[in-house]
Amino acid sequence: MTLSQRIQSPGFLALAIATIAFFFLTSSMAGTIGFLLIFGIPLFAMNELPGYATTKDKIEKYIFLTVCTLIFIFLITPILIIIPLSFNAEPYFSFTEGMMNLEGSAYSTRWYADIFRFGMTAPDGTENWWSDMWNNATWIRATRNSFFIAVFATILATGFGTLAALGLSRPEMPYRAQITSLLISPMIVPLVITATGMFFFFAQKDIFPFFPESLVNTYTGLILAHATLGVPFVIITVTATLSGFDRSLIRASQSMGATGWTTFRRVIMPLITPGMISGALFAFITSFDEVVAVIFLADVDQRTIPRQMFSGLREQISPTILAVATILVLISIALLTTLEMLRRRSERLRGLSPG
Amino acid sequence: MTLTKLLAGTAISLAIASGSTAAFAGDLTVVSWGGAYTKSQVEAYHKPYIAKTGTNIKSEDYNGGIAEIKAQVEAGNVTWDIVDVELSDAIRACDEGLLETIDASTLPAGADGKAATEDFLPGTLYDCAVANIVWSTIFAYDSSKMPNGPKTMADFFDTKAFPGKRGLRKGAKVNLEFALIADGVAAKDVYSVLETPEGVDRAFAKLDTIKGDVVWWEAGAQPPQMLADGEVALTTAYNGRIFNAVAGEGKPFEIVWDGQVWDLDLWVIPKGAKNKDTALDFLAFSTSTEQLAAQASYISYGPARASSSPLVGKFHNKDIDMGPQMPTNPANLTNAVQNNFEFWADNADQLNERFNAWLAK
Amino acid sequence: MSDTAINTMGNKAQNAAVNNGPLIAADGTPLKQKLAKTTRAMKTRAFLLTMPLVLFIIISFVIPIGQMLHRGFYNPAVSNVMPSFSVAIKDWDETTGELPSEEIFEIFVKDLALAKKNREVGKTVGNMATRINYELPGSRSLFTKSARKAGKITEGPYKEALFALDKKWDNHNLWRTLKRASNDYTISFFLAALDMKYDEAGNITRADELYRIYVPILMKTLLLSALITLLCFLIAYPVAYLLSTLPLATSNLLMILVLLPFWTSLLVRTSAWIAMLQQQGIINNIFVFLGLIGDESRIQMIYNQTGTVISMVHILLPFMILPLYSVMKTIPPSYMRAAKSMGATNTYAFRRVYFPQTIPGIAAGTLLVFILAIGYYITPALVGGSDGLFISNLIADHIKKTLNWSLGSALAAILLVVVMVFYWMYNRLVGVDKLKFG
Repeated sequence: MTLSQRIQSPGFLALAIATIAFFFLTSSMAGTIGFLLIFGIPLFAMNELPGYATTKDKIEKYIFLTVCTLIFIFLITPILIIIPLSFNAEPYFSFTEGMMNLEGSAYSTRWYADIFRFGMTAPDGTENWWSDMWNNATWIRATRNSFFIAVFATILATGFGTLAALGLSRPEMPYRAQITSLLISPMIVPLVITATGMFFFFAQKDIFPFFPESLVNTYTGLILAHATLGVPFVIITVTATLSGFDRSLIRASQSMGATGWTTFRRVIMPLITPGMISGALFAFITSFDEVVAVIFLADVDQRTIPRQMFSGLREQISPTILAVATILVLISIALLTTLEMLRRRSERLRGLSPG
Repeated sequence: MTLTKLLAGTAISLAIASGSTAAFAGDLTVVSWGGAYTKSQVEAYHKPYIAKTGTNIKSEDYNGGIAEIKAQVEAGNVTWDIVDVELSDAIRACDEGLLETIDASTLPAGADGKAATEDFLPGTLYDCAVANIVWSTIFAYDSSKMPNGPKTMADFFDTKAFPGKRGLRKGAKVNLEFALIADGVAAKDVYSVLETPEGVDRAFAKLDTIKGDVVWWEAGAQPPQMLADGEVALTTAYNGRIFNAVAGEGKPFEIVWDGQVWDLDLWVIPKGAKNKDTALDFLAFSTSTEQLAAQASYISYGPARASSSPLVGKFHNKDIDMGPQMPTNPANLTNAVQNNFEFWADNADQLNERFNAWLAK
Repeated sequence: MSDTAINTMGNKAQNAAVNNGPLIAADGTPLKQKLAKTTRAMKTRAFLLTMPLVLFIIISFVIPIGQMLHRGFYNPAVSNVMPSFSVAIKDWDETTGELPSEEIFEIFVKDLALAKKNREVGKTVGNMATRINYELPGSRSLFTKSARKAGKITEGPYKEALFALDKKWDNHNLWRTLKRASNDYTISFFLAALDMKYDEAGNITRADELYRIYVPILMKTLLLSALITLLCFLIAYPVAYLLSTLPLATSNLLMILVLLPFWTSLLVRTSAWIAMLQQQGIINNIFVFLGLIGDESRIQMIYNQTGTVISMVHILLPFMILPLYSVMKTIPPSYMRAAKSMGATNTYAFRRVYFPQTIPGIAAGTLLVFILAIGYYITPALVGGSDGLFISNLIADHIKKTLNWSLGSALAAILLVVVMVFYWMYNRLVGVDKLKFG
C-alpha cells in the first residue's frame, strides 16, 4: 500500500473524524494532538496483514497495537516529562499555566544554576567562586563522590567478576550451579538486608588483620559494598558473552604453538572485551544508582547523587532534583548507546549478525 | 581502544577523587536539625565563635534520633563533635554510655554573675547534656484561607468546623498528647492518663476521627512548606519554623498555642569525639547568656538561661518583639504540656509499634 | 597445553592398544590415571579462577549477613551489664511462684550498683534497661532510677531494700523476664517479629491485636508484590510479543524505549512519578482538563499504596519484558500459522499453541519481579506514605531509628528466608544461568 492509499483507508477516515470530534468536544489543541498520536501511531504501525485477514483480524490487530502504544507511553512519559519540568521558573513539580502557553518567562534555568550554587558559602561572590563551588556546593560534592565510588567499585567488580566468569564458563567447572547462585545472590537478597549486614560488619574494629579500622562512614566501605552489588551483573553479562564462545578457537591457537598467556591475550581477550565492558557499565550504573547501602554506610561527607535526591524528596522537594534527574537521564542515554554499540560489535565479531 | 577510554576515564576520576575534601582535623563538626533552626545557630553561635577563636566549624544537618551517634561510638569512628538532641534522646544516649559527661559547674556564670547551675532553668542541666533552648510543637493554619481560624486543640480535630487536610508528625510522640488534650484531658493530667491502657485507647480513638484527613510529615522543614503549598489546611509544626515563615517570608500563618507540648533541645558530645575539648569550649560559649539571647533574635525558641530572658529583644531584621513568640511566654503556657521524657523513654517502643500498626490499617 | 597432552595421548593410546596391555600415556603412566589427573587439573584451574570472587563475596556479603542473622538470636545485654547476677539467677526456679532468694537479690543490688559506675558502651544500666523494656514495656525507668540509688544499699535484707526503692520490683514476671534475658541466646526477638510474646505465665502467646504489625505488613508486602508482578505480566506480555514479531531493526529501536527506563536511576523514576501522580501533578491535571474530575476533588494517587504499586510496576517492568522477549523470539511464527490453517481460531491457537511455549519466560519474569519486589525499600519509603510501606521499611526503621537491632535482624532473617525460598524456586524452575539483560 502506498502512503496515499493508506491515508484513504477506512481506518484513517475514522481516526480523522474522531480527532475532529475530540477537538470540538474539548476545544484544546494539546489534547487533540495527544489523541491523534495515541490512536494514530498504531494505525501507522499496522503492517500488511495477509490477504485472507478478516475485518475482525484487522480490528484485533489495531486494538493490540493501541494497547502497545499506551504501554510504551507509560514506559517513557515519566522519564521524558521531567525534562521540560526541570525548566520550570516556579518552585513546583508541575506545569504552570505559563508553561502550557509556551511563555518564555515561565521557563528558566535557575534550577540548573542551583545545582552549582546550593551549599556554596558565597554563591554570589566572585572571589574564589570556582574553588568554593568545587568544594562546597552540595550537588557537586555528591557528583564527585558518586563517580569516585562507582569507578573503584566497577574496577573491583569487573576484575573479580571477569575472572570468575572465565572459570564458570569452562565446561569442567565443578559446583558450577552452586557457585553461580552464590555469586548472583547479592542481586537477589533485599538491599536492606545486605546493607544492614554490612552496617554491623563494617562497624567492627580489628575483625580481620586487614580491617584495622571500622569501615562505616568511609569510602572504602562504600566501594566494597557497591562492588559486591555490582558483581552479579558482571557475572551475568560476561558469562553470556562466553556462552557463545567457540572453544575450538583456543585449541586452534594452542595447536599453532601459542602459550597460554598469548592465547588469553590474543584470542580470549578480544572476544570477551565487549562483554566485559558491558558488565563494567552495569556495575558502574549499579553503584551510581545505589542508595540503600549509602543510607546505611555513609556519612554526609560521602553522600552520593541518589542519596542527595533521596533526602531532597523526603524533606524539601525542589525542582533542582528534576534538573539533576534530567542530567542523569542524559547520562543513561549515553550509557545505553554505548552498550548498544558494544552489543552490535560483539555480535559482528562472533559472526552472529551481518552488521 | 574502548579499553583505553575506560582507563582514561578512571584516571580522570582518580584525579577528581584525590581532590576530595576531608574534614581537617581540628574542624569542629556541629550537628543540628537544619533549616531555619541551624541558621539561627550559625548566626548566634558559629559565626561569633569562629570570629573569636579562628576554629573552623563544619555544620551538618540530621533528623534527630541517636542512631548515628550510637553507630559512630560503637564503631569507634566518631566524626560528630557536638550534637543538638531532644531531651529523651539525650537521656537514653547518656544511659547507654554513648556520651561524654559534662560538668555543669565549668560552664560560665550568667551575665548577672549567678553561677551556671543556678542560672539555667530547672531541669535543663543533665549528666551528659546542657540545654540551649526551649521549643514547642504547636499547630498552625493559613489565616488568609481561614479568617475565623481554630482557637483550641479540639478545633484541630474538628473536621466539620475546619475542613481540610491536617499535617501531623509521623510517630506516636506528641500526637497522643494532642489527641488527649483535644478530647478534654487537662494538660497536667495528660501523662497520668496516658500511663493507663484506657488512656492510650482513648488517644488512638481520637486520632481515628481525623485519620482519613492526615498528611504525615517527618522533617521539620516540611510543615511550613505543606501549609504554603496548600497541601494541608492545618498542621502541627515546630513553633520556630512557623514563626520564621511568618517573619522571614511574610507567610500569613497563625500559631495556636493551646495544648502546645514543649521540650528542650540540648547539646551533647558523643563519647570519643575527636575534638572533645573544642566541643566543650564551643558548648560553654554557645550557652552563655549573650549567645542564647542572640539566638532568640533569629528564631522563636526560648533560651535555657534565666539571665538571657531580659536580653531577648526584637527579631534580627524586623520590628517584631520576640518575647510573645516564645513557648515560655506566660500567655502561651495557659494550657501547655511539658514533654515527659521518662514516659517516652519507657513507652516509645511499644507505642510506636501500636502507632505503626494503627497507621498501616 | 592440556589439550595438546590429550592429542599426544591419543597416539600413545593406539600404540598401547596394539601391545594389548593397559593403555599407557606418553610418560608411562596408565592412560586412565593420566586422564583423571588432567581433568582434575582442569577442574582445579577453573575453580581457582572463581576463587578470588568467591572469597570476596564470602567476606563482604555472606559473613556480614550471617553475623546479622546471629544478632537476631544473640543479645548479651544483661550478662554484659550484670555478669554475676546473670549466672546466679539461673539457679532460681521460676515455676514455684516464689521470688528469687535473698542471695540473688544481694547479687542483683551489688551488680546494679557496680554497673551504674560503668560507662563502657554496651555495658551500662541503660543497655540492660532498654533490653528488658522491649519485653516489658514501661520498665526502663525502673532500672535507671533504681541504679542511681542502688549504691546506697549497703546491707541486707536486700530484697526489702530494693522494694523500698520502688514497689515495682515486687513483680514475679519482671524477674522471670530478667532470667530469660540473662541468657545470651534468645528467641524473644523472633517471637516479636512474628507478633508473639511471652505472657505473664511465661507461655508464648500472640501479641495483643492492636500491637500486631509485622505479620500483617509481611503479608501486605507479599500481596502487593504479587499484585505488582501480575500487573507487570499483563503489561509486559503484549509488548514482548510485539517486539518479538517485529523486524529486527524496528524492534531494536523500540527496545530502547524498554531499556531506557531500565538504565535510568531509580531515584529519577521515583521523582518522575511524584511529578506525575501528585495532587497538582500531570495525571490529575489531565483528568481535571478532560472534565473527569472537578478541580476540588483531585485524586490522591501518591503517598499511598496506589503510588507504590504504579511506580514499582514501572520500575520492575523491564525485568519482566526482557525474559519474555528472549523466549518469544525463539518461537517460530509458523506454529501459529499452522494451527490457524488447521482451523483454529486466533484465541484457540494462542491458548493452545503459543502461550504454552512462553511459559518458561513467564516463570523467569514473574519470579524475578516478585523476588525483587518483596525486598523493595526506596520507592515505598518515598511514595508509600503511611499505608504503602513494605517490610523492608520496618527493618530499616529498627536499624536506623528505634535502634532495636536484634528485632531488625530477626525481621531481616524472616524476609531473607522468604526471598531464599523463591530464589530456590527460580533456580529449580528457570536456572540462575538463564538470567540475561538485553
